[in-house]
Amino acid sequence: MTCIEARGLRKSFGATVAVDGVDLRVEEGRILGLIGPNGAGKTTALNAILGLTPYQGELKVLGRDPWLDREHLMRDVSFIADVAVLPRWLRVSQALDYVAGVHPRFDRAKAERFLAKTSIKRSSKVRELSKGMVAQLHLALVMAIDAKLLVLDEPTLGLDILFRKQFYDSLLNDYFDRTRTIVVTTHQVEEIQDVLTDLMFINRGRIVLSCSMEEFESRYLEVMVNPEQVPAARALKPIHERQVFGRSILLFDRADRQQLAALGEVRTPSIADLFVAVMGIQNGASQGAAQ
Amino acid sequence: MTTPQNPLPESPLSSQPVANVQIPAAQLLFWSVRRELWENRSLYIAPLVAAGLAMLGFFVGLTHFSRTMHMGSADPAHQFLMLVMPYGHTAWLLLLTAFLVGVFYSLDALHGERRDRSILFWKSLPVSDLTTVLSKAAIPLVVLPVIVVVITAVTNLVMILFNTAILLLSGLNPIASWRQVPLFQMELVLIYGVAVLALGQAPLYAWLLMVSAWARRTVFLWAVLPLLAIAVAEKLVFNTTHFLAMLGNRLIGGSTDAFSFITPSGAPVDPHFIPLSQITPGRFFGNPDLWIGLAFAALFLAVAVRLRRYREPI
Repeated sequence: MTCIEARGLRKSFGATVAVDGVDLRVEEGRILGLIGPNGAGKTTALNAILGLTPYQGELKVLGRDPWLDREHLMRDVSFIADVAVLPRWLRVSQALDYVAGVHPRFDRAKAERFLAKTSIKRSSKVRELSKGMVAQLHLALVMAIDAKLLVLDEPTLGLDILFRKQFYDSLLNDYFDRTRTIVVTTHQVEEIQDVLTDLMFINRGRIVLSCSMEEFESRYLEVMVNPEQVPAARALKPIHERQVFGRSILLFDRADRQQLAALGEVRTPSIADLFVAVMGIQNGASQGAAQ
Repeated sequence: MTTPQNPLPESPLSSQPVANVQIPAAQLLFWSVRRELWENRSLYIAPLVAAGLAMLGFFVGLTHFSRTMHMGSADPAHQFLMLVMPYGHTAWLLLLTAFLVGVFYSLDALHGERRDRSILFWKSLPVSDLTTVLSKAAIPLVVLPVIVVVITAVTNLVMILFNTAILLLSGLNPIASWRQVPLFQMELVLIYGVAVLALGQAPLYAWLLMVSAWARRTVFLWAVLPLLAIAVAEKLVFNTTHFLAMLGNRLIGGSTDAFSFITPSGAPVDPHFIPLSQITPGRFFGNPDLWIGLAFAALFLAVAVRLRRYREPI
């Protein structure tokens, strides 16, 4: 089943185009990472998917039009739009009461079980909790909702590495079950590399790369080239080259693994390195166009 | 396996039937209103403080009043007024407090959630913008009036019980004071009064809610300045003050229509005790101003619902 389907999705704020004709298809049971620089249009695209902002073009989420049908859609979709959107005056017990009162698919016992593993007290107000605890509380609320789609927009921003690790561990172990779909944006790309099933790069409102992680692993290769073989390696048209400790690391798209193995140590690049490479090509192309 | 009721192992599919479960609209509204009371505790704390002040005034006045009683005021009408005055004070003090609390609440209701970004949390739950705006409108139009009626009743009851105790201790018969102070009648008139104010002031609160959904900052100025500008423009262009008069009438909820302040015998009615015989609901509901005002209230709320749909955190 298709979870999200967009055709020609477009959104502009005055003269600025935030999302520029995006075609997107996310199937059920995927974990999609949406990666892009600041101001690339990630949050705008997610807001459109969540029915928080009007848009042009076609968009269906779980078969519904999110802008016209937000309150129904929210029975099957949950999201953490940002860290620290829980109101500061809210007590933990009130948060549980309220969500249990308004959400037909909220399993309070599950949220309580998750909170029991943390040091969050029921009587605490959100303002008394640390940033990490607020994120844990929000995650506890969201994970206890039996949703079909979960959207996370920078859910771990500003949290320390322990909380970030815990956050994704909980998500994978206690929540994800192959019938759910997760869309996540983050700047800490390396931390979700093993979590994702699909990858999408977005820049200036357009999708510049979209592939599954299997595709990513078979398609992109990184070689730490021996100094004397650098010219030979360059002849194979790498998409990116960088220097680490005086050695050249070249990134190839759809190159022959055996041919590369002769030049040096071959490995799968990190998403972050591919991101830098792809954004470099993008910026080069736009500069070329400007000239 | 001795549990045939549940032959299938637990799977995500077993939660499917829940998908069609709907939360009744009344329940959504109930939790939304409850949420408002959690956030804005001043909604009931301020009236409680006002009631405390009324009671304090009553105790202080009690000593003063007994002195004037000893001096012996001849006029029974004056004596009656002195007797009921503190109870009337409670109602007036609470009405004024509720009005101020209601105005400041409405100015912040749809602005605060954008300022602290919590709108992103509220919108992640299956509660419509209509339910949210209606729950916020219900605070000044339903919840505060009920708070005023209940707290006034309790305060006045405590006051008369205290008075009774004093009289008993001084060896006087307390029955007279119960007969003389028509508490029940005063409470009925108050219930009518808060209903009149809620209906009459509805366009005012709805306007404030709409501006709080619209303005990015300085909600108070945006709420007041356009109205003043219209009033000034009218004065300059036509040299009339109809708009200002209309505003003033909405401010007091059209209550001049709801009561007759002259008794049939031609005597003026003291605002501390308005007898039940002086209410004029026919005149109040017959005035088209009320209905025009309510139509505007509905329009402002409809715009507020639409604005909330488009609004993002500031």
